[in-house]
Amino acid sequence: MYNKGTIIPGLIIFVLFVTFPIWFNGFTTAGDLPKPELPPGGEKHCIASAEYMRANHMQLLNEWRDNVLRDANREILEIDGVKYPKGLQQACMACHSQKEKFCDSCHTYAAVDPYCWDCHLTPNEAGSKEATH
Amino acid sequence: MDKQRRKFLKIAGASVVAGLGAPAIIKLSGTPAHAAGGHAAPAAGAHGAHAEEAPKGVRLGMVIDMRKFTDKPELLDSAISACINAHNVPQFPDKKNEIKWLWKAPFENVFTDQSAYHSSKRVAETDFAVLCNHCDDPPCVKACPTQATFKAESTGIVAMDFHRCIGCRFCMAACPYGARSFNWQDPRPYIKKYNKQFPSRMKGVVEKCNFCAERLALGQEPACVEACKGTGAITFGDLNDAKSELRVVLDKEFTIQRKPTLGTKPSVFYIV
Repeated sequence: MYNKGTIIPGLIIFVLFVTFPIWFNGFTTAGDLPKPELPPGGEKHCIASAEYMRANHMQLLNEWRDNVLRDANREILEIDGVKYPKGLQQACMACHSQKEKFCDSCHTYAAVDPYCWDCHLTPNEAGSKEATH
Repeated sequence: MDKQRRKFLKIAGASVVAGLGAPAIIKLSGTPAHAAGGHAAPAAGAHGAHAEEAPKGVRLGMVIDMRKFTDKPELLDSAISACINAHNVPQFPDKKNEIKWLWKAPFENVFTDQSAYHSSKRVAETDFAVLCNHCDDPPCVKACPTQATFKAESTGIVAMDFHRCIGCRFCMAACPYGARSFNWQDPRPYIKKYNKQFPSRMKGVVEKCNFCAERLALGQEPACVEACKGTGAITFGDLNDAKSELRVVLDKEFTIQRKPTLGTKPSVFYIV
């Protein structure tokens, strides 16, 4: 084989480069599955199963938004004896009060940047300006 | 040959006359009906826009009794601060960025089609309470390209879905009452105290009074009405319910509306 000295190191560099995502994730924590922290209050029941919520919470929130704002349907949901007013701030974040440890863990992993909290207040944010008054 | 040319010219001439004349004849024969229709509408409109085609169903409205606010000027301040606290309304230091839900304005700015010439001292010196009129025929709703602002059919409230607002500000140009404000910068640092039951807004979104739709849903009164409770300064209720407290006040007192000549049919009435 001619130019053995250049071709073989070149091939090795090429393979390492192409498989970069695989081995990089093996050495760092970037590839670990996120572990969202469950509600600090110890609530075990959500309005639907964890699998359903994991896959569909965004559609559900959009539905609630349209119900509440567009159709003036602010009916309070009652599931297993617990009442949930339709709303991110009022229902979801009443239990999942730590956005940074719950919402963000998966959103960061999936590299999505939902704009919910541009307007909606997390309990931390809301608490920051409660005592001042 | 001659004879044929003569015939041709006659037919051509007649065709031209018929072609020019026909539209005029059609117009003439159509005129009476048109004229009747054209005149009837403004005539009916001139006799108080509210007498005709009042919308059915619940239609929320408000009577603001300025006599009560003149007697107790701090009452309006407390109503305004109740509104600000309920809706996380930012307080920008610069007046040009002001976010207005319920605010104060002098008589001549509020009732621009009324003469303020030799108005009473009381009227000249009092600031009026101003808010979104929740019009029956809201121009802002027509202007909105995304339907972010819309008329809630079940209540008559001119509502907003902040999620859909793209910040084009057409509604602000369309609203004849100046009831809409734009967030030129992030409002969060300028909110003094958060109400955690209500969101804030973000930069680039228009906002306005929502008649406290979120409080009404819980069976509460609007924040400003609650702040004036017991004084009779603000009466809130259903304009279409003959037994409502609002109608009792409207039946008894002489009230005026802001810019009624525009035909937007405001739902907010004033006793001056």
